Amino acid sequence: MIALSLAPTASWYLVLSAVLFGIGTFGVLVRRNPLVMFMCIELMLNAVNLSFVTLARQLNDINGQTIVFFVMVVAAAEVVVGLGIIVAIMRNRSSVTADDLAELKG
Amino acid sequence: MLDLIWLIPVLPLVGALINLILGRKLGDPRAGWVATIATASSFLVTVLAYFEMLGRPAEERSHVATMFSWIRVGSLQVDLAVLADPLSIVMALFVTGISTLIHLYAIGYMHGDNKFSKFFLYLNLFVFSMLLLVLGENLLVTFLGWEGVGACSYFLISFWHTRDSAAVAGKKAFVTNRIGDFGVMAAMFLAFNSLGTLSYNAINDSAHSGELAAVTATAIGLLLFVGACGKSAQLPLYLWLPDAMEGPTPVSALIHAATMVTSGVFLMTRMSPVLHASYEWVPTVIAVVGAATALFAATVAVAQNDIKKVLAYSTVSQLGYMFLAVGSGAYVAAIFHMVTHAFFKALLFLGSGSVIHGMHHEQDMRRMGALRKVMPVTAFTFIIGWLAIAGVPPFAGFWSKDEILLYVYANNRGLYVVGLITALLTAFYMTRQVIMVFFGKAKWNDHSAEHGSHGDLTPHESSWVMLTPLVMLAGLSVVGGAMQLPFGKKFNFLERWLAPVVEESEAHIGETWAYQNKYLLLVVAIVVAVVGIAASIAVYAKSWIKPIEPKVLEQAWYYDNAASRLIAGPGARTFNLIAWIDANIVDGTVNGVGKLIRNIATSLRRAQSGFVRAYALLISFGAVVILAWFFLRGALL
Amino acid sequence: MELFVFSCAALMVVVGAVGVIIRKHPVHAALSLVLTLFGVAVLFVIQQAHFLAAVQVIVYAGAIVVLFLFVIMLLGVDRVENLRTEPLTTQRPLAVIVSLGLIGVLVAAFATGSGVLNERGEGLNIPDLLNDSDANTKQLAQSIFSQYVVAFEVTSVLLVVAVVGTVLLARRTKNSVTENPK
Repeated sequence: MIALSLAPTASWYLVLSAVLFGIGTFGVLVRRNPLVMFMCIELMLNAVNLSFVTLARQLNDINGQTIVFFVMVVAAAEVVVGLGIIVAIMRNRSSVTADDLAELKG
Repeated sequence: MLDLIWLIPVLPLVGALINLILGRKLGDPRAGWVATIATASSFLVTVLAYFEMLGRPAEERSHVATMFSWIRVGSLQVDLAVLADPLSIVMALFVTGISTLIHLYAIGYMHGDNKFSKFFLYLNLFVFSMLLLVLGENLLVTFLGWEGVGACSYFLISFWHTRDSAAVAGKKAFVTNRIGDFGVMAAMFLAFNSLGTLSYNAINDSAHSGELAAVTATAIGLLLFVGACGKSAQLPLYLWLPDAMEGPTPVSALIHAATMVTSGVFLMTRMSPVLHASYEWVPTVIAVVGAATALFAATVAVAQNDIKKVLAYSTVSQLGYMFLAVGSGAYVAAIFHMVTHAFFKALLFLGSGSVIHGMHHEQDMRRMGALRKVMPVTAFTFIIGWLAIAGVPPFAGFWSKDEILLYVYANNRGLYVVGLITALLTAFYMTRQVIMVFFGKAKWNDHSAEHGSHGDLTPHESSWVMLTPLVMLAGLSVVGGAMQLPFGKKFNFLERWLAPVVEESEAHIGETWAYQNKYLLLVVAIVVAVVGIAASIAVYAKSWIKPIEPKVLEQAWYYDNAASRLIAGPGARTFNLIAWIDANIVDGTVNGVGKLIRNIATSLRRAQSGFVRAYALLISFGAVVILAWFFLRGALL
Repeated sequence: MELFVFSCAALMVVVGAVGVIIRKHPVHAALSLVLTLFGVAVLFVIQQAHFLAAVQVIVYAGAIVVLFLFVIMLLGVDRVENLRTEPLTTQRPLAVIVSLGLIGVLVAAFATGSGVLNERGEGLNIPDLLNDSDANTKQLAQSIFSQYVVAFEVTSVLLVVAVVGTVLLARRTKNSVTENPK
């Protein structure tokens, strides 16, 4: 393999995590399909996990990885509940987008 | 005894309450006796207090008796307290004394009236208010009395309320007084704002010590003078007094001659240190207004034909004299004239009441004449009153009028001339009245057929209940001048008595030419009075000269008409404008704030679109802003 | 070496993420998501978070995305979103601005702290790692089961509650409440 003197430092990972987070945000704001919006939220969560792990390595602390562990658990639970809600809402209608759920209109 | 001075106003109040509850049952004349006894006992307490004060040295003659603490709000601490000092005791003495006599008289005069007990209820209530006014320890208690006398005056003027003219006159009096009251209120606010107190002692002390700024003193003084103009019927606001003659004659005697109308002069004297601390021109303004009123009213009185209207205008004129005295710094002379005027004016009014009563309620002097043969006691006492007011020595009116003219001469020669002319006119019209009523040909038989169904009208003398007060007042009019004789310090009783109160504000004319030649001025005054009387006899008794009574004088220089037109025309327009401003601008602003908020809220409501994605956008935008702020904070630190 | 792996993984991550937001068909979006998750798992491995990489693949890619696909199938595969139109007209430009702003702020923050971040971290107990391949798992286990054991127990409760709640939410009742027809 080519020996490269340049090695990715922590800030590279963090920048990647920031980019991933930004893409996820954009997706949440732009997409109208609830399921795709949810997926973009998963992107954001992953970005955060990535930055935690990066900093855990940088600061030589296992707690960063512990946090990621718990984030994953909670993300799983959240997905379960969220999808259940979407199913409940979308069951009786032919096509539902985020814009149709406008009961908060003042 | 001085601790019990609060009894002085309270006793008439008790009389009023008794008449309020039991009046109808007591009936005529017992209700009247209750009221008279209440007032008489008040007079007794006053006399006892006076003697106790006499026994004290001059500096210790001021005593405050607090009834209860009335208002305690923040920095405003006002007690319902009465102040007994030389000035207030003098006022209380003649108020209670003359009130007692008039109550006695009214028992006879109001006999047969179906609202007999109510009359005495109002009279006692009036005496209570008047005593609060003069004995008050601070401006607020005085104002309470001030408003009280105004209200009682309204009740009593429109006592025979079924008569349209009486009801209207009552309203007119009340409204005109209200304008003056506004001045007093504004003065009170100013006093509290600048000095933090409403108590006379505190205000006068700070005026003496120079703590009160001249500007503030001027404002307070002028505002109080506005109030005094209203209550004491001076030139712009005098219109209510002639109309107030609609009330029964005892009311005219008590309220509109002896007591209520003098409240303005009393207030000015009470606040004399404040006037002394104000600018130079303020007393001059007061003096000029007083002199103008005196002359104005005297010219009008010459042409009046109603027996009471002559006396009403005469009262306005004499009040003008009192204000002229106040403006010339002669507070003692003003109080002196107030007391002697109370004696002889009450006498004249009660005498005219006796005449009216005897003539079966006929008030036009052109239908009287030669009454001295039929009503001798009335005529005799009335003549004494006439001589007193005309300024003939040794009667009381001469001494007080002369004292005033002396001080006025020392102050301003022009006003002295005005005062002299007024004295001449006073002698003139009073003589005219006496001649028309008591002398000459008897005209009452000529019109007896028109006089209801009285048949042959024969006037009769009144009962002892009505004659006794007349005799007593006549006696007082004779000897009253002894209070303050100009023959040297030994005879200046009133001046020495009032010294603790008005000494510093009194004008000191000891060195002036006027004082050196006071006997000369005395003689001038006598000459003027005699000339006035002689001229009147020449015109009305001997008919050597034709009487000059032009319509303009009879209509009081059309002042009343002008005032009515002003209020109805520009006045009404101004009031409508103010009402419009209140409804549209003031209310509009208040409502407008509400409407503005509603409109803002309505436009902000559009942000609630219901679209979750829009909300999410706003949230993330906010998150970015917060992050940026933290970052910048961290970076800049 | 790390650079190479990093670039590949980073590429996977970004391509997958862009795919999620671009693709009209939800199934395609889900598959792009899988790509991203794999990329992130590789990045975990590089950073010596082996256990987490495994969990990432198993839980995220294996369970969560499968769940997504279940629901997509359940609710109709042919619900394709119309990406041409946008009912809220200002949404897209503002969303771009917000995302770029977010990225910008974060990058600026990292750049400022680059002094700290660029010292090469030694990694977690590297001697252990060379000797023992389970070192990471052991460390993680020690942390979870000693210091964070209460949190651990609570999350298990959370999972149970989530499952029960979702079952309740999504079941059809006898008189199921229909939405108001719009």
